[in-house]
Amino acid sequence: MGGMFLEKDFEFIDHTADVGIVAYGGSISQAFSNAARALFSLITELDSVKEVLYRDIELTASDEENLLVEWLNELIYLFDTEYIVFKRFDVSVLNNSRLRARSYGEKVDSSRHQLKTGVKAATYHMLGVSKGNGYRVQVIFDI
Amino acid sequence: MAVPWQEVVNRIDDYRWEIPSSYKPGMRVPGLIYASESMLGHIFQEQVFQQVANVAFLPGIVGYSLAMPDIHWGYGFPIGGVAATRIRDGVISPGGVGFDINCGVRLLRTNLTLEEVKPKIERLINELFVNIPSGLGSEGKIRVNEKELNQVLLRGSRWALDKGFGNTEDILVTEESGCMKGANPDKVSSKAKKRGIPQLGTLGSGNHFLEVEVVDAIYDYKSARAMGIAEVGQVLVLIHTGSRGFGHEVCGDYVRLLGEAVKRYGINLPDRQLACAPLDSPEGRDYLAAMSCAANYAWTNRQCITHWARESFVKVLGKSQMEIGLEQIYDVCHNIAKIEEHTINGKKRTLCVHRKGATRAFPAGHPDVPDIYRDVGQPVLIPGDMGRCSYIAVGTEGAMKESFGSTCHGAGRVQSRAAAKRSLKGAEVARELADRGITVKTGSMGSLAEEASQAYKDVNEVVDITDKVGISRKVARAVPIGVIKG
Repeated sequence: MGGMFLEKDFEFIDHTADVGIVAYGGSISQAFSNAARALFSLITELDSVKEVLYRDIELTASDEENLLVEWLNELIYLFDTEYIVFKRFDVSVLNNSRLRARSYGEKVDSSRHQLKTGVKAATYHMLGVSKGNGYRVQVIFDI
Repeated sequence: MAVPWQEVVNRIDDYRWEIPSSYKPGMRVPGLIYASESMLGHIFQEQVFQQVANVAFLPGIVGYSLAMPDIHWGYGFPIGGVAATRIRDGVISPGGVGFDINCGVRLLRTNLTLEEVKPKIERLINELFVNIPSGLGSEGKIRVNEKELNQVLLRGSRWALDKGFGNTEDILVTEESGCMKGANPDKVSSKAKKRGIPQLGTLGSGNHFLEVEVVDAIYDYKSARAMGIAEVGQVLVLIHTGSRGFGHEVCGDYVRLLGEAVKRYGINLPDRQLACAPLDSPEGRDYLAAMSCAANYAWTNRQCITHWARESFVKVLGKSQMEIGLEQIYDVCHNIAKIEEHTINGKKRTLCVHRKGATRAFPAGHPDVPDIYRDVGQPVLIPGDMGRCSYIAVGTEGAMKESFGSTCHGAGRVQSRAAAKRSLKGAEVARELADRGITVKTGSMGSLAEEASQAYKDVNEVVDITDKVGISRKVARAVPIGVIKG
């Protein structure tokens, strides 16, 4: 499996009620960044988003799985409170328990952004962070 | 899945199926599923048996881990799940309430008939769509600061009333009178409040909607009359929404916090999403106080939307609200945990009843049923999927005897949102609805496809089962003529 990890950045997986994502990366930071891109490509077309502003996020969690959930939930929070759609993420994950990220995007502009799916939260169901040749992270969203 | 479902459940009768506690080591009580035989294959395949069994692990659970006929997969608890725990030594679980705390339904009646509304339905739906903020990323028309939001969280519908949204009669026919006592805004994170502030007074997206519908069948005339439903052809308005991002954040916060509590209290759980804490613990009490805030937020939300719906009708129909009617029939929660008295083996017990995708169904004579329904039972509002139909029922003694005063809440999803989207385009769904004479206004065609009828169980079958097993009684059915959707 390991070698397969880097062929694509992320993919969607079907789930009974909701939708899940699997994201890959050569490093855990890159996998977390791709997971965030997967999240926002559920919400809108990433190609329609410009990089006009950024937000910084710093998080700590007890392990890398919790860190993944917190990271994605923080982005959902920014979307919900500031109406920002992000498209690019500079993520650095330290010791699998700390995350620092700068996320680039813009405020929602309904004339250019078609909003597709509302995401309520990242969940702990089928949550996974694994390392083979690269990193593979998986999360199911409540939508 | 090597073992077929037939080898897992014991058939009690045509609509009751027991999952014995031997199914999974750690179950404290058996599971009980209300379903027809033909529904069980799908329920099993979706791993809902596992989820019903997992809920039976919760400390202090009594009777059965219950599954209503609209049961489907959910986080931790299945949706359509009901579980009652002892308050003395039992737990409360945010997963037993869900992300959308007090997602619920409100029903209004009008004095209008189909003939009067039909020619104006396009204009009416457009007006409702303009007047009621809906859809993903929509901001409410209400501006509150954090201090004012705290009042919403403490007072619920009463706050909305003081701001001129609605009237006292609305509160009399709202579950808990539109306000859970024990709400404490200090137990809510500032992030939840920040998510809640811009979304107050919004319908939201996903499965939330406002529907103009017409009564097409009456089964129980006495109860219908008590609700002011006089005849087939009468126009009703159904509002389905909840606590928006506020509730999601409260749920997420407490699943995380109680995940830690589970370790501290040495509770053995088969699924992280079932995170819980003893009701008699700081963590458990804090969740209940925060959940109550979210419930109050949701009632405020529905109260404000009710007001704008009334305004829209008055404007489009050119009649006074008095002439049009638009009195509230009832407002129920579908996602909630409540401290209630129930009789178990002849003894009165105080229990925490978790209803996740289930409706309270108290019978005639119960003290918590409003006076005007004291003789018929509490109204139960069961929306179907977007294009089919919805039901009005009443609570029964049967529900008190076997389902902790609970019944189903809707149709229940059978197809994932992604699968529904793949098989249908939003535009096709809109055309199909239009062909059936239903006017739809939506912010997102994708969300329309996700909620297509094909993605749901047949609500007729679901409601028939609850009627046959006697946990609620059918009163009337209504079909949509116009829908606004986020």
